[in-house]
Parts: sequence; C-alpha cells; structure tokens
Amino acid sequence: MLQITNLHASVEGTEILRGVDLSVNAGEVHAIMGPNGSGKSTLALVIAGHPSFTVTQGSVTFEGVDLLELLPEERARMGVFMAFQYPVEIRGITNAYFLRAAVNTLRKARGLEEYDTIDFLDVLEEKLKVIGWSESFLSRPVNEGFSGGEKKRNEILQMAVLEPKLAVLDETDSGLDIDAVRLVAEAVNSLRSPERATVIVTHYQRILNYLTPDYVHVLYDGRIVKSGGKELALELEEKGYDWLREEVVAG
Amino acid sequence: MTTKAVDRYVAAYQRFAANGASGAPTWLQELRAAGIARFREVGFPTVKDERWRFTNVDRIAQTEFGAPPADGETGDVPLFEDLVFGDPKTRIVATFVNGRFAADLSSLSGLPEGVLVGGLAGALAEHGDLVRSYLSRHADTAGNPFTALNAAFIQDGAFVYVPTDVDLAQPVQLVFVTTAADAPSVSHPRNLVIVGRGSRMSLVETYFGIAGSIYWTNAVTEVVVGENAVVDAYRVQRESELAFHTATSVSYQERNSVFSVNVFAFGSALSRHDLTAVLDGEGAEATLNGLTLLAGRQHVDHHTTIDHAKPHCNSWEMFNGIFDERARGVFTGRIIVRPGAQKTDSKQTNNNLLLSKDARADSQPQLEIYADDVRCTHGATLGPIDPKQMFYIRSRGLTEQQARSLLTYGFGVEILNAVAIDELRDRLDGIIHGRLENGA
Ligand SMILES: Nc1ncnc2c1ncn2[C@@H]1O[C@H](COP(=O)(O)OP(=O)(O)OP(=O)(O)O)[C@@H](O)[C@H]1O
Ligand SMILES: [Mg+2]
Repeated sequence: MLQITNLHASVEGTEILRGVDLSVNAGEVHAIMGPNGSGKSTLALVIAGHPSFTVTQGSVTFEGVDLLELLPEERARMGVFMAFQYPVEIRGITNAYFLRAAVNTLRKARGLEEYDTIDFLDVLEEKLKVIGWSESFLSRPVNEGFSGGEKKRNEILQMAVLEPKLAVLDETDSGLDIDAVRLVAEAVNSLRSPERATVIVTHYQRILNYLTPDYVHVLYDGRIVKSGGKELALELEEKGYDWLREEVVAG
Repeated sequence: MTTKAVDRYVAAYQRFAANGASGAPTWLQELRAAGIARFREVGFPTVKDERWRFTNVDRIAQTEFGAPPADGETGDVPLFEDLVFGDPKTRIVATFVNGRFAADLSSLSGLPEGVLVGGLAGALAEHGDLVRSYLSRHADTAGNPFTALNAAFIQDGAFVYVPTDVDLAQPVQLVFVTTAADAPSVSHPRNLVIVGRGSRMSLVETYFGIAGSIYWTNAVTEVVVGENAVVDAYRVQRESELAFHTATSVSYQERNSVFSVNVFAFGSALSRHDLTAVLDGEGAEATLNGLTLLAGRQHVDHHTTIDHAKPHCNSWEMFNGIFDERARGVFTGRIIVRPGAQKTDSKQTNNNLLLSKDARADSQPQLEIYADDVRCTHGATLGPIDPKQMFYIRSRGLTEQQARSLLTYGFGVEILNAVAIDELRDRLDGIIHGRLENGA
C-alpha cells in the first residue's frame, strides 16, 4: 500500500531524512519509535505533503501512485490521513462545520453523495461515541482553547469521520490520560480492516498494548535502523536507544 | 482648495436655511447654525490631525456633491427585499430614500401602543418637544467636522421612540437607500433613537446604494438607552463601491442598561465611522463588535470610543477585518476610564487578516485610564493567512482556495455569531459567502 524507498528530505538545506525505507501493506499496523529529533514527524509530514520539506532523493508511492507528485489535498482524497503532533487551531470555524467540509470534499472526490447537515449530525453522533466525547466539542472552534489531550482526541475524531485508508498518527497518544489512550486505540482498532493500514509514531509502549502492531521500527538519525515485531517496543522501553547508537556505528 | 470646498457647503447651507428649512423652530435653526459655524471653522479634516492620520478625505472634499433628487426613483432599487427581513405583514421597517423618510416603502402598522417609528421631519412637527430634549445631546459637533456638517443639514432621518417597559419583539429596521442620480449627491440622515427605562428592542440600520453610483452619505445616529433597558443594535453598510460614507454613532447609557452593536462594513470606496459608547450609569454594559470585509481599493476606518464615566461598568469590543487586493482598514479603539470609574472591566481585540501583500491594516488601541481599580485588556493581530493552518486544512482534503476561504470565513463568523436575529445572521452569512466566492 505505502512504499517508501531511500527517502531523503531536507528543510532549509538541512538533511533530516537520510534514506528511509518502509513498506506498509494493507491490513497492517506499524509503529515508529525513535529519539527526539530523529525525524519521525518529518517523515509523517513528508507523507502528508508538507511544503516546507524538500525531497532530494527516493520515492513514496501509495497504491502504486507517486505521492510526491500530489498536492496535500490530493493525497487526502486518495485516503491518506495524518494526525498532527501539534494540531492547529482554526478560529471561528466549528468542529462540526470543518468536519463536514472535509468529509464532503472527500466524498465528492470518491463519487459519493455529500452529507447534508442533518445526516451528518447522525454520523457524528456515532463517531463521538467511539471516542467517548460529548457533543459540546462539535460547536467549538477547531482546537481553539482545547487542552493538549483534547486536541489529540480531536485528531482521532477527524480520522474516525474521514475513514482514511492510511492513517499516520504522530504521537497521538502523548498527553492523553490513561482512559483516553485506550479510547484512541479502540478508535484505531475500529477502523482496522484488510483494506486499511495504520502507522503510529509513539514514544510509549502503553498504546501498543492495545494496538498490537505487526511491526515496530526505530527511526534514528533520519534512517530506520532496526525493525522487528512488537517485542522490539518492549526492548526499547527497557534499554532506551543508546544501545542502538552502538549498533549503528558498528554496522 | 479645501476652503473652496467648505464654501460650497456654507453656500448650500445658506440656500437650505433660506428655503425649506426656514419654517423650523428657532432651537433647530440655532442647532443648524451652530453646526455650519463649527464646520466652517474646522473644515474638512486632514491627515495632520491625529484622529485622521490614516484616512484622507480629500476625495470627499474635492467632489462636488449636490442635493439629492427630491423624489428618488425607488424603482431603481432592484432588490429592496434583499435589504429587509421578516414577515411583510408584521415587520417594522422605516425606509429612507436619499435621506428622506419614504412612508410608502415603510411598514409600520404593527407598532405597539406608544412606540413611535418614522421620519425625523414628521417627529419634529408632531413631537417637537420630545425631539428637542434629545437631539444633538450626545453627538458632539465639536469632535468631528462631519458631525457638525450633519447638524447643519438636519432635516430628516429616523426617529424611534420606545416608552418605558416595552418589550419590542420585532426588530426595528431602518433602511437608507440612495437612488441613482445624474450627478453626485450628498445626504445627511439624522437618526434619533430613544429607548425608555426597562424596555428592550433590536435595531437594524442598513445603508445601501446602487452599484456604480457615486454619492456621499453623512449620517449621525444617536441612541439613548434608559435605565435597565436592553438594546441590541446592528449596522450594515452596503454602500456602492464608489460611494463615500461618513458616520457618527453615539450610544448613551444609563444605569444597568445593556447596549450592543455589531457593525458590518462591506461597501463604499471610503468610509469613516466614529462609534462612541458612553456608559454613564453604574452597572451598564456595552458590546461593540465589527466586521470589515473589503477588496479592490476600498478603505474603511472605524474610530471607536468607549467612555467609562461611572464605576462598575463592563465593555467588550471585538473588531475583525479582512482585507484583500489593495484594500485598507483602520481601527482605533479608545477606552476612557474616568476618574472614579472603579471596577471597570474592559476587553478589546482587533484582528486583521491580510489576504494580499498590497492590503494594509492599521490598529491603534488608546487607553486613557484615570482610575486604579480597573481591568482593561487589549490585543491586536495582523497578518496574512498562517501557512500552518493552511497545510492543516489541506491535509484534510480541502483545496488551497477552499482552505483560504474557510480561514477567512472563520474571521467573519466570530462576529457573525454575535448576531442574535437568525434571519439577519443568515442574510449576512450569505453576503460574506458571496464576497468570499468572488475572491474576498
Ligand atoms: N523547519 C525546520 N527548520 C529547521 N530544522 C527543523 C525544521 N523542522 C524540523 N527540524 C529539525 O529536524 C529534526 C527532526 O525533527 P522531527 O520533528 O521530525 O523529529 P521527531 O523525531 O518527530 O522528534 P520528537 O520525538 O521530538 O517529536 C529536528 O532536529 C528538528 O529540529
Ligand atoms: Mg515529532
């Protein structure tokens, strides 16, 4: 589904990604871990099409299509979704309004009928249940005045509504209380299907207990230096990243 | 050069005084004479005057505006229904064509007992003493040359009187229409709204002119809000894109009264609106909100003053501006806290969104605080669309253009949400969407 080959990306002349290889098949859940500043968000943003990053080498394809040729909105319309590590506030625009605008552009692109306000409210109510949220969040401007954890949950609400094929979640579990971590995991699991895939960037083992990833990768200094099963996450939790530095230097 | 312009208005005044206005009561003749004397003394403001630093009115001074046609062809107003809302049978609408009350275009049959809505000229004849005790009490001719000029030409405009303890369910809609004319003309609508103790009402002023016509509206509106009264006011400026609009709005509040005004500025080539709220009784609350949405070479200046004259009053002020192409906005937010006005709580924000690199906005807060136990905050933002927001929205599937209009709309919606009349809010929402679709 997602094929990343020898990806190099830089920002303002500094190379951040230095040859990333990653292959994600439909139906899989991948976790990406790694120290601060290793390039995890950069990788997510490059997949989503952030204009600040320049890809200097390599390729990213999604369902055989060259993603790097597409605008961010075209990628979203193909079914790529990124949950931001730092979600952005949009003044004046309510969550409900924004979600409807987004879901309708995606539906239109897929040749489906657009939701009217009433139908959409039904859809939303159902999705709110999944993440255990009250309707009051719908009438508030997007992320404005939301707590850190509420912003993260809001990303999951968007994901649940937009039903992407590929969800890239950048530290969506950071800053969440224990119950919310479980709800986020449930929301991700509820979208799990043989046609969809999830890539989750995380620093913590906790969410992986609920998600049981098929693969865990370590991104280190702009490269994936180690991949393994879910037991790799446990090993990292125990040993930290320092032992990897030695391996990288040695290897 | 401006002397010549001033002389033109002095001559026009003399013709007016000798002619139609000569039958007026002495007090009114004196009021007009004082107005023209003041205008003659100060003339048109220049950018050297601190209060006019960002707004050059030379174009108004240099254009020769004549008197408007006495009987404007209202057939020229293609979309009159677009300017008003509500059930035609029950709504309260007073229409003014070229500054003169037009009874045939008004709808005043549903007025409750004791409530007066109509033309000022008629009120002068029928309720002269009432008008006399309020007119020009609060709109200070010493402050603004255009207010003085308006006083010189007081003749007609809206008169609204709500006695004590009336709950007026229907909004009072005042519609000011300028019809097409062969030559540029000026009108000086003079509006007086008196709301008695304990009464509640909504007021909607709409200014409209036919696209492409050149004219000048120089309006003054005084609103007196009695003790415990609640007034919810709206002002929609939709003048022609070639028109000039100068206006003074003053609200004067007594104890425990609540006054809010939301102004929407969409039209005119050049507009300057001085809004003053005087909180002259303990426990009074005022809200001043504004939305400016401009493109082309439009210029709109909102010059606001909130005067906390008594203790324990609150005021909130939020003006948002959206400027595209070469448009320009000016916002001045003056907050005065008089000596002894303790426990004043005042909050001001001014947000400006620049949609093009040639657009410009100037924002000046002016806090004059002469009491110590007060809380006054102010903040302003200015800038283009934030690329972070842009990317966030595009990553959800919206195009660059859609993201831009969504973010722009968000600026407008903040003010729109304060509109308590559903039909009016929908109308304004439609105007804003229309403007955004046409690229601001
Ligand atoms: N706009 C930028 N200009 C300069 N450097 C940048 C920019 N954006 C990111 N970087 C740098 O790129 C590196 C990788 O950043 P990135 O956000 O991808 O790390 P991360 O792995 O997500 O870290 P964390 O775990 O802290 O979220 C960091 O050293 C960061 O400072
Ligand atoms: Mg990160």
